[in-house]
Amino acid sequence: MSRYKLQINGDDVEVDATPDMPLLWVIRDKLKLSGTKFGCGIAQCGACTVHVDGVAVRSCVLPVSAVSGPVTTIEGLADGNDLHPLQTAWIEHDVPQCGYCQAGQIMSAAALLSTNSQPSDNDIDQALAGNYCRCGTNVRIRRAVHTAATFYNADKGNG
Amino acid sequence: MSMNKISRRGLFKASAMVGGGLMLKLSLPVNAMEGDATTLVKSNELNFYVQIASDGQITIYAPNPEMGQGIKTALPMIIAEEMGARWEDVEVIQAPVDGKKYGLQGSGGSMSVFRNFDTMRTMGASAREMLIGAASLLMEVEKKELEAKESQVVHGSGRSMSFGQLASVAAQQPVPDPEQLSYKDPRSYTILGSSVGSVDNLVIATGLSKFGIDVDVPGMKYASYTRCPRPGGKALSFNEEEIKALPGVIDAFILQPDASSGKASMAFLRGLAALQGGVAIVGDDTWSVFSAKSKLKVNWDESGASRDQWSQMIEDARDIAAKGGGEVKKAGPAVDAAFADNNNRVQEGFYEFPYVAHVCMEPMNCTVDYRKGATADLDSMEIWLGSQFPFQVKEIAENMLGVKQSNVTVHGLRMGGGFGRRAVHDFAAEAMAISHRSGLPVKLTWTRTDDIHNDYFRVGGFENMKAAISPDGKLAAWDQHYIGFANNGKPVIGSGLRGNELPMVAFDNARVTQSMMPVDTACGAWRAPGSNTNAFVEQSFIHELANLAERDHAEFLIELMGSRRWIKDGNISALNTGRAIDVIKLAVEKAGWGKTMPEGSGLGLAFYFCHAAHVAEVAEVSVDADRNFTVKKITAAIDVGPIINMSGAINQVQGSIVDGLSTMALQEITMSNGRIEQDNFHQYSVMRIAATPEIDVHFIQSDNKPTGLGEPALPPLAPAVTNAIFAATGERIRTMPLSKVGYKLV
Ligand code: FES
Ligand code: FES
Repeated sequence: MSRYKLQINGDDVEVDATPDMPLLWVIRDKLKLSGTKFGCGIAQCGACTVHVDGVAVRSCVLPVSAVSGPVTTIEGLADGNDLHPLQTAWIEHDVPQCGYCQAGQIMSAAALLSTNSQPSDNDIDQALAGNYCRCGTNVRIRRAVHTAATFYNADKGNG
Repeated sequence: MSMNKISRRGLFKASAMVGGGLMLKLSLPVNAMEGDATTLVKSNELNFYVQIASDGQITIYAPNPEMGQGIKTALPMIIAEEMGARWEDVEVIQAPVDGKKYGLQGSGGSMSVFRNFDTMRTMGASAREMLIGAASLLMEVEKKELEAKESQVVHGSGRSMSFGQLASVAAQQPVPDPEQLSYKDPRSYTILGSSVGSVDNLVIATGLSKFGIDVDVPGMKYASYTRCPRPGGKALSFNEEEIKALPGVIDAFILQPDASSGKASMAFLRGLAALQGGVAIVGDDTWSVFSAKSKLKVNWDESGASRDQWSQMIEDARDIAAKGGGEVKKAGPAVDAAFADNNNRVQEGFYEFPYVAHVCMEPMNCTVDYRKGATADLDSMEIWLGSQFPFQVKEIAENMLGVKQSNVTVHGLRMGGGFGRRAVHDFAAEAMAISHRSGLPVKLTWTRTDDIHNDYFRVGGFENMKAAISPDGKLAAWDQHYIGFANNGKPVIGSGLRGNELPMVAFDNARVTQSMMPVDTACGAWRAPGSNTNAFVEQSFIHELANLAERDHAEFLIELMGSRRWIKDGNISALNTGRAIDVIKLAVEKAGWGKTMPEGSGLGLAFYFCHAAHVAEVAEVSVDADRNFTVKKITAAIDVGPIINMSGAINQVQGSIVDGLSTMALQEITMSNGRIEQDNFHQYSVMRIAATPEIDVHFIQSDNKPTGLGEPALPPLAPAVTNAIFAATGERIRTMPLSKVGYKLV
């Protein structure tokens, strides 16, 4: 058992964990942030996607001892009171069915939009290739990412 | 932590950005967990489903479990419509599991809308009459001069009072006699039939929605469970000292199988929920019990374990098909004569479909707090889980551990997928036994491997088909031999023919026989049981026959329907050939049936009737020389009566089509000496987003009662795609998944 200092959603936290404990379980069981989901544990489904240093990673295979930067989870994606454009677009397009995969989908899409604010269908397919949706909301996910991109750009223009 | 930075104010800002004609409800519930319904400020209760606060907030309780099918939104919409409420004023809360108040709180068989429509209307109309009664008192006018709309009761003179102003007086009004209630004219509906966003979208998009796996109760510990890799095996001993010495491990012990948990009042569940033998590990967090699980060395007693072997089953089925025979389900008068007639042309085909798993995105899990009482009849239990029939776990608690059902509290949480898997509660039996044995509140979480290995699979099977076409291109004889699976002599769920399928239901000279092979692998309900495989065989073979007859497929299919009629008048489970013909015609029209297709491309059609729904689908597919195939577009035409929530309905159809494609293209579970050979998603994959087709959905909103959409759009997908591949390539596919016969979905 060792002590690890992490920055999660802007807050500094310290946790006691074995070095091999994946970030996923630190977030869920130790920090009680349950928005990040467990789906496979082998980097196949994307349910556990979070950002480390702004990059989308599969937290189920990232040992806590290897976390090298600030972590953002779905709970930290909104900017204070304001939803992230993807969250708004997800609601507008009524994307979720069971909803279990959606935090991972949104986090993968958010990483895409932060580097590519006008993604093509192909860009979206690439960025979300690691995220399963067992309920088959794929059609709406694509549309919602496009809509979010327009919000995103409008926001930047206004800012 | 930054968990709850989102405020109502921020959300209203979001709502201003939202358009697109979708009705939205943007407020953050006090707490997304059902258990906290009781902590809400008690407002004026008009009935078990409806409360109205003096500030105008309307709370509607959603009775049935939500697994992604949209029922938590759809049923409250019916109440709100009939009340005259504005949807924006409605907050939906999952009702507690309480059959006395809320009836059969189950989700399965796509029947929730049909079964509950009248009750929901009654609850809404009853609340509306109580509000009008209150307004008549307070405004001193006749009830018949009043109308409820937009969350107000309005008088002909223009005076009005809001629901909030009326709420406390309305709650004191006598409950109207249901026989005396009148209902809105559907033409005046403002909520039903519109597009309403799911009530939980906001908590889902912000990560605050609580699924079973997210439950956290005071003092809770974490558990894993490991069964014998060969189903039916029992644990004799394990490396107990080594496991208990691992970091974060509190306890580890063997559980013996217990058949008593398999008693159930619902017939289809009987025998399914039995506790299987295995090793439980309890620890401080999920990772500790998962990593300890991976270090387990168990000595298993496999004397009673499954020896199922899929490759052998395929060989046996071919032998059975060659011999013929089987139990006769239907005996057409002149089937053999039609085959013997040299003027007829004959087609034969042997079809195969595999076992498949549910792989709900949320692996099975259950949290249980067993509390020992001063005397045995005071033992109690609190259970948290996502379940399609949550009340069923109370029976397991009583049958297995002797806890009186009245001492069991069940919290039904949102499910990360159900598809039939969460109708069976073997994982809940495990969690109960672990909490009971350890004396601790525990959350049992399955690994993905547990979730696949311990599934109640969609049963695989085979059908040997033969038919004759007369010289004038008409169906002359149909011979269908189903080779499926039985356990203890009883066909497992989804195996076999019901006799209500096409063409035999509308065509006399058909022989239908059935043979069953024994199986030990657990089978269960998987989205549209039976239909999802029968549709593939029957609708593919009808296409084979249309080709043999050199007829247009759509025309041939419509001809098989015969005259427009309801096979059993008034019975929603019976095919209505008129509705069938209408959806087929609409699907082919919208898909551009008959247009010239480029080289390597084709259109394929299929129709299926199940769950009271008539569905036709046309697939547009292209195939390259290496058998890489792309499904470009699916056009679906559907008659499920009037639509409750247009956005939710389309979502279900899109999802069923993606699910159907993913399954038919990629998925197969195989058994080797009883062991399930697929361990995780690297060996059992789900379709990736790039392969998603365009999906074009059309509804015929016929004048029938509304029925459900969670399942019926799935069955026609597979044959529509293989028929399109035939149109593109001339190659007939009679085996699922397509990956097994060299086709790759791209
Ligand atoms: S849980 Fe991490 S990718 Fe599936
Ligand atoms: S919404 Fe259920 S898995 Fe994506």
